[in-house]
Amino acid sequence: MRDSRTRSKSRWAAAPLLVFVAVVFGVPLLVLLGGTFTKEGTFSTANLTESLQGAYLTALIGSVKLSALVAVLGAVLGTFLAQAVVTSRFRALREGVLTASGVLANFGGVPLAFAWIATLGNAGVVTTTLGLGGHGWSLYNFWGLTLVYLYFSIPLQVLTVVPALDGLRPQWREAAQNNGASTWQFWRYVGIPVLTPALLGGAVLLFGGAFSAYATAQAMVGSTVPLVTLKIADALTGNVLIGHENVALALSLDMIVVAGLVMAVYLPLQRRSARWLR
Amino acid sequence: MNGARVEFRGLRRRFGSTVALDGLDLTVEPGELIALLGPSGCGKTTALRCLAGFEQPDEGEVLVDGADITRVPANRRDAGMVFQSYSLFPNLNARDNVAFGMRVRKVPAARRHARARELLELVGLPSVGDRYPHQLSGGQQQRVALARALALEPRVLLLDEPLSALDAKVRVSLREEIRRLQLSLGITTIFVTHDQEEALSMADRVAVLREGRLEQVADPATLYDRPATPFVAEFVGAMNHLPGLVSGDRVTVFGQTLPVEGPVPDAAPVDVLVRPEAVLVTPDGEGGGIVMVSSFRGSTARLRVRLGDGTEVLADVPGHDSVRFAPGTAVRVGLVERPVLVSARTEAHTEAGAAAAVPEPDVV
Repeated sequence: MRDSRTRSKSRWAAAPLLVFVAVVFGVPLLVLLGGTFTKEGTFSTANLTESLQGAYLTALIGSVKLSALVAVLGAVLGTFLAQAVVTSRFRALREGVLTASGVLANFGGVPLAFAWIATLGNAGVVTTTLGLGGHGWSLYNFWGLTLVYLYFSIPLQVLTVVPALDGLRPQWREAAQNNGASTWQFWRYVGIPVLTPALLGGAVLLFGGAFSAYATAQAMVGSTVPLVTLKIADALTGNVLIGHENVALALSLDMIVVAGLVMAVYLPLQRRSARWLR
Repeated sequence: MNGARVEFRGLRRRFGSTVALDGLDLTVEPGELIALLGPSGCGKTTALRCLAGFEQPDEGEVLVDGADITRVPANRRDAGMVFQSYSLFPNLNARDNVAFGMRVRKVPAARRHARARELLELVGLPSVGDRYPHQLSGGQQQRVALARALALEPRVLLLDEPLSALDAKVRVSLREEIRRLQLSLGITTIFVTHDQEEALSMADRVAVLREGRLEQVADPATLYDRPATPFVAEFVGAMNHLPGLVSGDRVTVFGQTLPVEGPVPDAAPVDVLVRPEAVLVTPDGEGGGIVMVSSFRGSTARLRVRLGDGTEVLADVPGHDSVRFAPGTAVRVGLVERPVLVSARTEAHTEAGAAAAVPEPDVV
């Protein structure tokens, strides 16, 4: 009796958060759904169909490719960097890298784009100093964008995975050695499986960050690299064609579906890899 | 399983300015269970880790059956180890933990699972194979760790304070279990502990270490009854330091003259080292002693008795006698007629006076 009363009081404590979520996520979702399925005042799937054709589909696929590449590369490189830092004997190195990661993981948008343009853009300091332009170097393409996204994704992965690496007990490695395992066998049978939930979580975080990034790409590549967020902005502002606002909403719905699909793959994998935690 | 002969020869290991091992020489006979006992930082775990291959000594050798294994990598040594804290792999269930070494050696799954089942039965856990470490109690985890350490049929078993994280009851039952297994398998076992009761109750021999050096190695009874040095006497069991006067090879203490065991210091005033159970206490209104504190311990009761000159003495009496020795009871104190160990009277004891005869005021 007393328990159920306490529980109902606890629910009331969560009410402000639920109201916030409803206003910030629920209302936009309803507007988005309404707009997606409305064409000239009537119910229609035309916007959705258009969002999955031609240049829009190319942009969606481009975004998925870029995000997947950034997620995989960022997760791998970030994990190696984190492991190097965790096993380092120099405490200052660890603290320095973690502090820098905290800053760089939040470095995005137009400032990030201009930092790279000033450094490795066509007239960037490094580009001109090393004469990279003469060797066909360009920052304003798919690979350049990947490089720039990795600049904040790798630090984000470092921050995500360091606590998990700290949690790997030295005794596990010693016990594995004691049972005849080599370093590789330790990582294969113990280290990587124990880290997998954190690695997967980090990769999904990186995918989400890259998939939703807009300002950096807009400032750097404009429409050179087809990305869904740039197409949404174009359609909303009438940059190319007017009257395509509802296609922008349909593209947003496509993004939600892609994110949902990623989660549909991630969650079972995560559950499977973390079954020993339950 | 056959036990191997293990030798530590002149082992030295330094960590920065700290000397962990300072020329340790020790031989463990095949099939023997030896306990390395000592206070924190005495080097017992370092010695074990040198044998396991997790530490490289700066000097000296580790030999197993005469073969020098000092530089052999840890994953190629024929030694199973149980660690202090729970070291089971958290992502593997109990059966796969036990079978880990066989999996690494590519033993077929059916065979290694059968062997793991066998070992889990051996440690009394036949039904926990599918459970993950976090689903097991501390005692069960250490049993599984023991099974894992035995899985590859090592010739040496290393136990690094495996019971220290367990509650008292589990600790006692598990140490009996370990001893039973060790005897039945005949495996040479080195057991590191700081718990003297554990060491004395389990080991064939106990090696007491101090500051990286071997202080004494002997069977438990000898170690307790005839400690070779004052440090061993102090470390193993409770000890009274009573003021005495040496004359020749005898010492006078509380008006009794007793033979001296071991070396006799040059100075006449000495500390006579007497165990509480070697102190005789009888109720006597004229005895000159007063029971200050009585602490019931089940089979025995420990008394703290203050004598007329201020000297305090610890004495053990049978538990059922504790009511006769309530605090405030007047008693007479004597000593059992047997050889005693003496040491030079320490500054602290001289300055603090007779009341410092009992080194640990919180013992009772």
